Amino acid sequence: MNNMFSAYLTHILIIVVIYIILALSLNLALGFTGLINLGHVAFFGLGAYTSALLNMAGVPFILSMLGGGMVASFFGFLLTKITKKLKGDYLAMATLGFSFVLYSIFLNWTNLTHGPMGIPGIPKPKFFGLAIHDNFTFLIFVIIIACLIYLILKKITNSPYGKLLEGVRDDALGLSALGKNVAKLKSQSLMLSAFFAGIAGSLFAHYISYIDPSTFYLTDLIVIFTITIVGGLGSLKGSIWAGIIIIILPELLRFIDLPSSIIGTMRQMIYAVILIIILLLKPRGLFGRIDLE
Amino acid sequence: MLKIINLKKSFGGVQAVKNANFKIPAQKITALIGPNGAGKTTIFDMISGFSRPDSGKIIYQEKNLTKLEPYKIANLGIGRTFQQVRLFKNLTIKDHLIMTKNNEDTKILKNIFKRQKNDGAHQKTLDKFGIKKTLGTLVSDLSYGQRKLLQIALALEKPHQLLLLDEPVAGVNSVIQNEIENILLNLKKQGETMLLIDHDMNFVRKLADWVIALDAGQVIVEGTPQQVLSDQRILEAYLGQ
Repeated sequence: MNNMFSAYLTHILIIVVIYIILALSLNLALGFTGLINLGHVAFFGLGAYTSALLNMAGVPFILSMLGGGMVASFFGFLLTKITKKLKGDYLAMATLGFSFVLYSIFLNWTNLTHGPMGIPGIPKPKFFGLAIHDNFTFLIFVIIIACLIYLILKKITNSPYGKLLEGVRDDALGLSALGKNVAKLKSQSLMLSAFFAGIAGSLFAHYISYIDPSTFYLTDLIVIFTITIVGGLGSLKGSIWAGIIIIILPELLRFIDLPSSIIGTMRQMIYAVILIIILLLKPRGLFGRIDLE
Repeated sequence: MLKIINLKKSFGGVQAVKNANFKIPAQKITALIGPNGAGKTTIFDMISGFSRPDSGKIIYQEKNLTKLEPYKIANLGIGRTFQQVRLFKNLTIKDHLIMTKNNEDTKILKNIFKRQKNDGAHQKTLDKFGIKKTLGTLVSDLSYGQRKLLQIALALEKPHQLLLLDEPVAGVNSVIQNEIENILLNLKKQGETMLLIDHDMNFVRKLADWVIALDAGQVIVEGTPQQVLSDQRILEAYLGQ
């Protein structure tokens, strides 16, 4: 029983860490730069598919993972080119459309993605002669990657460059009057954000060993957004705490004797209730510095 | 220094600027006056690149600005302030000063590992502009007048040859108005080139070397402050006589 519980806990913690990476990366674009990017889940999927396909074609894991990040980042670049003149709700709608397009590609490009059948048998990470077979070692590995990503994002957001990203969020027009290339800053921010989401996708694919398009759909986007907003826009620390709360809280439902069909619905309800409570009581989220506008 | 040639701009059916023509001489302060809706801010927006003219040219130091992006125009040396203050409400005064003085901050790697010093220099800037706040103060905690002062400070601290000031003293109390006036009078002595919009005619009279009056998107009269402000056409434009 103890072994089962510890295996379950390890699994949940791995998922928590992967979602923390997703929320941290979304926070860079949404919280720090003010880009309402509803395409984040597509970057997650791109990273997962790219890394899985590369690794299964014989490319070493580390390169596959970086490849996943880079492909997601490239699509982030394309997205900023397409949506260059959009902001606010219009940008949100366009990026949501991007999520649907990518979902359709995952679903219909069957030669590459196997469509709804998904890709099974994705190998566990192996690098520098070290193979990660058990979940506990995988947990340590994802924690190391998450810490690295956190430190990079912390360094970026505290630097003068990070302040420029915040300038884009607060007043893009005022920033361009100071001679700053706002379009370039938006593009860089979204590319960086997509890169880390792609890395999260890679970690997810190599952990679960199976991916299919349904993993990268709106339900996941809602979870990632909930974590980011509950933690607070512009707060990396907030994304970490909210990641722990939002992923673990619905898990408590498992210990209540309810049919699984109800638990699934209640999970979504819990996200909605937490989001509404937070928005009412703490409109800036747990650690947020800026208002949700 | 700056030539406006046959400039036109319409918004829907409204012609905001109709064939405007004028020149801004170097090392002089030129005031752009006119009633609300005369097209003053639209002209500022076209000079800064925030709005594209329908036709006509804006020539600055032999370069046509009409198709340039705003950040490129700013980096050519045209500084600007806005009627409604445009600052970054979640950033500190220091963050603003750093981004104004550092023109390489869009280079990610260079900036991530760069150590920020210069607090002394930033403090001097605050003292120079009479902003009695610490560098770590959030801009959202400043009064409207202090924000106006900071906006002017930022425009001046960024390397520039021409300054566009859109109603620099509008909405501020008399103490801040005097401070802004003194700053601008000092700049005048130093030979700064400025184009300013203001409705306060005493302020314009004190500061401007040359006045261009607009009405309904057209230049109706230009000359020295004494000539323009006593012109019957100005009274007609303002009072609708």
